[in-house]
Amino acid sequence: MTLVLDVQDLCTSFHTRAGVVKAVNGVSFTLRKGEVLGLVGESGSGKTVTGFSLLGLVDAPGRIDRGRIVLNGQDLVGLPERELRKRRGRDIAMIFQDPIATLNPLLSIRTQMTMALDAHASMGRAAAEKRCVEVLEKVGIPDPRSRLDNYPHEFSGGMRQRVAIAIALLHNPSVIVADEPTTALDVSIQAQILHEMRSLAQETGTALIWISHDLATVSSLATRLLVMYAGRVVEEGPTAEVLNNPRHPYTRGLIDSLPATAEPGKPLSQIPGTTPSLLSLGQGCPFKPRCTYATDICDTAPALSAVTKRAWRCHHPLAMEGAA
Amino acid sequence: MDAFFEVENVVREFRPPVTLGDKIAARLGAKVEMRSVKAVNDVSLTLEKGKTLGLVGESGCGKSTLGKVAAGILAPTAGTVLLDGKPVMTDGRKQTTRVQTVFQDPFASLDPRMKVGDAVAEGPIEHGLVTRADARAYVLDWFARVGLDPSYANRYPHQFSGGQRQRIAIARALAMQPDLLICDEPVASLDVSIQAQVINLFLDLRRDLDLTCLFISHDLSVVRHVSDRVAVMYLGRIVEEAPTEALFEAPAHPYTRALIASIPKLVLNRETLVEFDPIAGEIPSPLSPPPGCYFAPRCPLAADRCRETAPDLRTTENGRRVACYFPVSTRGAD
Repeated sequence: MTLVLDVQDLCTSFHTRAGVVKAVNGVSFTLRKGEVLGLVGESGSGKTVTGFSLLGLVDAPGRIDRGRIVLNGQDLVGLPERELRKRRGRDIAMIFQDPIATLNPLLSIRTQMTMALDAHASMGRAAAEKRCVEVLEKVGIPDPRSRLDNYPHEFSGGMRQRVAIAIALLHNPSVIVADEPTTALDVSIQAQILHEMRSLAQETGTALIWISHDLATVSSLATRLLVMYAGRVVEEGPTAEVLNNPRHPYTRGLIDSLPATAEPGKPLSQIPGTTPSLLSLGQGCPFKPRCTYATDICDTAPALSAVTKRAWRCHHPLAMEGAA
Repeated sequence: MDAFFEVENVVREFRPPVTLGDKIAARLGAKVEMRSVKAVNDVSLTLEKGKTLGLVGESGCGKSTLGKVAAGILAPTAGTVLLDGKPVMTDGRKQTTRVQTVFQDPFASLDPRMKVGDAVAEGPIEHGLVTRADARAYVLDWFARVGLDPSYANRYPHQFSGGQRQRIAIARALAMQPDLLICDEPVASLDVSIQAQVINLFLDLRRDLDLTCLFISHDLSVVRHVSDRVAVMYLGRIVEEAPTEALFEAPAHPYTRALIASIPKLVLNRETLVEFDPIAGEIPSPLSPPPGCYFAPRCPLAADRCRETAPDLRTTENGRRVACYFPVSTRGAD
């Protein structure tokens, strides 16, 4: 399948008075047509900033220091804002966590969708309405034609998120970056949205980057998984392989600390300590202070090791079960 | 064993304030409809000493309101809450300090301008559990018990991470030496690795202090992990209540079943794609709930009588209570 997005050595940092915060520190990955890539990590791991960087949405004092973001053959890093605007929404779109903040409360859904359409295509009113109804139907909004004239407050949380997804789908972008799109929703609504998103990715061929802190949601959707810690990708591979047989101690720790994997009432296995401050990262492996396998060699940053479809960044990777 | 903590037929109603428009309309002789939301609608629960009851449901189901009524923060519109046979509240005033609460958001529940040590000491001093002179040592002891460095007592909340703040909130609640601890989504705002630390702390303290707990959460896997029994709420009513394993292994109410089916599970074998079987539709507005069973509009099993009269919460086998005319058979599974 064709490569739609190729990110190489992406570094995004925030230049604050307290120092330089390396929020994204050398992240590389590729994305093929129709693929669902899961990006997991805890707060402060750089997963959201990675998503924002892809769309060129990082505001001062943050900036992309280095790296390439090649979307459909063209590098987006360093493109002027005018050029980026031409691509945002058309080639690459984003769905945010909070659908209340994404939609303008003063404009009807019709107005907001038409504005998004007009940004990249000129079409008549009838054609625009037809397209809007089409995508709203696709995301499972009942009776879309009459809902067009509703305002955001007239929708429930789940329905609002569907509208946000519909807007992202308007131009059939090659890539949609979804940043914790179901975190604010109830489980029954989350299951509905996950169900819709998976069939949408299959139908439209849109590649999806699903950013989440929740391993379980990601595992039900993504074919490939990137685990981030302190701005770096610490592990990468096909979802089932990474979850069944993690090679990085952090990934192992994350999986084991889920209550669903433990015996009820027994203590959960926990990762000691807290996530490090990105301001004071040393030279070594950022996970070292919390890692039970750490030795002196961990004072130097581990390089990315890779075997076929798997990759990890650790001096003491956990044993691979079965054949590599 | 006898019930240590009892919630009896509790109703908590909220009315929107009467607006100027309503007053004018009433003055002009128009019929003004008094809208009200029954956030908690005739709920009865009992809890034995030393046990933990998990309370689950989606947002807006009334679980936090029930928690506040149980804690004596909100007065019930009807019904009573009894701790050890004595009412938690009478005439709108809380009567006991033996019920304490840990809230969801440790960023909002701690006063940003108060040193965390003082925040922990305030309640016990006020209620005479400790003298002002001994308060310092008392607080440091609690800090140690929740896994915080005692030297942190002189710091302010903003100097702590979310997990540490939640530990402080737990210390503050436990320093009041409660018999009943109400935890309202205590780990919902924490990262996965920190969440495990706080749950472990909770399990340790519960064992050491023989605490009775009401554990409110939307996260079913957390509730399953910590609870002895679980109650499921939907639109202000309890739809099912049962011992934890029985509830998760063999849910009897269609809503419980759908809710459990909706939890994303860690997919370890991707031979086939996971089947989502989401519940259709959304929670009806609590301002105008449907007649009959509140879940009927979304329920695959609903029949005519479900849409007419609401089923009572009936006790079935093995201490399970379920409010459904067509409960899924659980015989043999319990």
